[in-house]
Amino acid sequence: MSLDKEKIKHVAKLARISVNEAKVDSLTKDLNSIFKFIEQLNELDTSNVEPLTSILNESLRTRKDLINDGKIRDKILQNSPKKNDEFFVVPKVVE
Amino acid sequence: MSKEKFDYFINGEKGKYEVVIGLEVHAQILSNSKLFSGSSTKFGGDPNNQVSLIDSAFPGMLPVINEECVKQAVRTGLGLNAKINNFSVFDRKNYFYADLPQGYQISQYKNPIVGEGKVLLDMPYGSKEIGIERLHLEQDAGKSIHDMDPSNTYVDLNRSGIALMEIVSKPDLRSPEEVNVYIKKLRSIMRYLGTCDGNMQEGSLRADVNVSVRKEGDKNFGTRCEIKNVNSIKFMQMAIEYEATRQVELIENGKGIDQETRLFDTKKNETRSMRSKEDAHDYRYFPDPDLLPLKLEQKLIDDLKKSLPELPDKKKERFIKEYGLNAYEANVLVSEKEISDYYEEVAKLSDKKLAATWMMGDLFAMLNDRGLDISKSPISAKHFAELVQSIKSGEISGRIAKEVFEIMVESGENPKKIIESKGMKQQSDPKELEKMINEIISKNKDKVDQYKAGKEKLFGFFVGQVMKLSGGKANPQLTNEILKKLLKN
Repeated sequence: MSLDKEKIKHVAKLARISVNEAKVDSLTKDLNSIFKFIEQLNELDTSNVEPLTSILNESLRTRKDLINDGKIRDKILQNSPKKNDEFFVVPKVVE
Repeated sequence: MSKEKFDYFINGEKGKYEVVIGLEVHAQILSNSKLFSGSSTKFGGDPNNQVSLIDSAFPGMLPVINEECVKQAVRTGLGLNAKINNFSVFDRKNYFYADLPQGYQISQYKNPIVGEGKVLLDMPYGSKEIGIERLHLEQDAGKSIHDMDPSNTYVDLNRSGIALMEIVSKPDLRSPEEVNVYIKKLRSIMRYLGTCDGNMQEGSLRADVNVSVRKEGDKNFGTRCEIKNVNSIKFMQMAIEYEATRQVELIENGKGIDQETRLFDTKKNETRSMRSKEDAHDYRYFPDPDLLPLKLEQKLIDDLKKSLPELPDKKKERFIKEYGLNAYEANVLVSEKEISDYYEEVAKLSDKKLAATWMMGDLFAMLNDRGLDISKSPISAKHFAELVQSIKSGEISGRIAKEVFEIMVESGENPKKIIESKGMKQQSDPKELEKMINEIISKNKDKVDQYKAGKEKLFGFFVGQVMKLSGGKANPQLTNEILKKLLKN
């Protein structure tokens, strides 16, 4: 599998990263060389190996069902580029 | 009960089409705090006041799972007769939207906490089993508000991070009515378990509806469309009807169906394509590196299983056996835990069958009229049982009982007192009745002769006279017997 320019633009769009046209060529080259390495790993037959989701052989740490957070609206809103007293304000999203 | 036949099809010009429906139900888990943070899940709080730095995705924050949410998912899985997976994994589902601050939803993809199960539906044409594909845990997103400002959207993150169970059915449903019964059954099971309050107005229960059609008798599924985020049963049913009809028209006009996500417009009563979600299916799932796999001890699952309450299917069987109810009565009376509790309290103190009849008739009609839940009933179970017993013992007639019932609703008084103070007791003394009937006979000699000559319809007239004279209090059965006897002489 190799990446073409269109795929690069698509992935950039999904990730909300702006990529200027001049950089697309060099990005395609870089990413394709990374992909080549991954392809190489794919030569190994792993069909009988369960995917490893963590290297720690432990279960998830849990917490009790208690309310001990929240009520910090000013802190939550402070970095928003646009806001009012209660809400984040974002450009109109219309369905 | 007569067994009707299943007959929901869309009739096209070129034949009948079967509708195939699968549901992805999103049920909000009942818990105090969110799935991965300690902020409150309470509905209706001040905007953005139940949000932590985790829910708003500040850099460096790490999620820690709420153990109660895990237990609630396991309980629900057990209630759905499903396989509980001792090993499950949390994944990131990536998409971009203003009310999703992380840029991904933590969900479960390859390894959900609950596997295959089943739900039984009681349809007029018999019992039908609906397969459950899986149940997984995930976070809810925030809420976008579009109507407070003409040029901006407001975002409230109070809901962001609340625990949801996504319950995915197999494509086993075949009509809007089956969807109605399925949702109600799921809701009932979860309310019995206390894992979800099922409040659709508050969005605690909503569904994505997958719809496809195929010619009657076809084995292969057609191309499906997914109608996103429908939050009432009525809208689900309307959306399915519209969507199935639309698909049949496309097929009959030789056009293909695009597999796509659609939105149900409740004002126009139609579904339409959601172009903004074109890229949405490119979710790029991967295991969340912030969370280890979730391993459940078998003992925890066994303990939860032992602590489950009696669920509707079991309770229904017991009601039929223990109280002699028919399947229909039992079904209605177990639909809500509160209703079944009320019934059992009444049935312990009075005639079981008569109690069911009066509950499902007058009590339900009254609650319905007033928009009340049974927990808010103006008549307590104890008083209701006394009323039923008064009817059973013949102390009052069914007709008088309706009057007593009305007074009970208004006053909250105990029925014995009402019957006593208003002199509503049924006249069941044969001697008194005979005296009254003899009086009527002697006053209506002409009618008696006609009756004896064969005009049997006049019997009703005599009964009417007795009721009139007794103020409606004559025991109807006894009246009939005595009348028949005396009219023969």
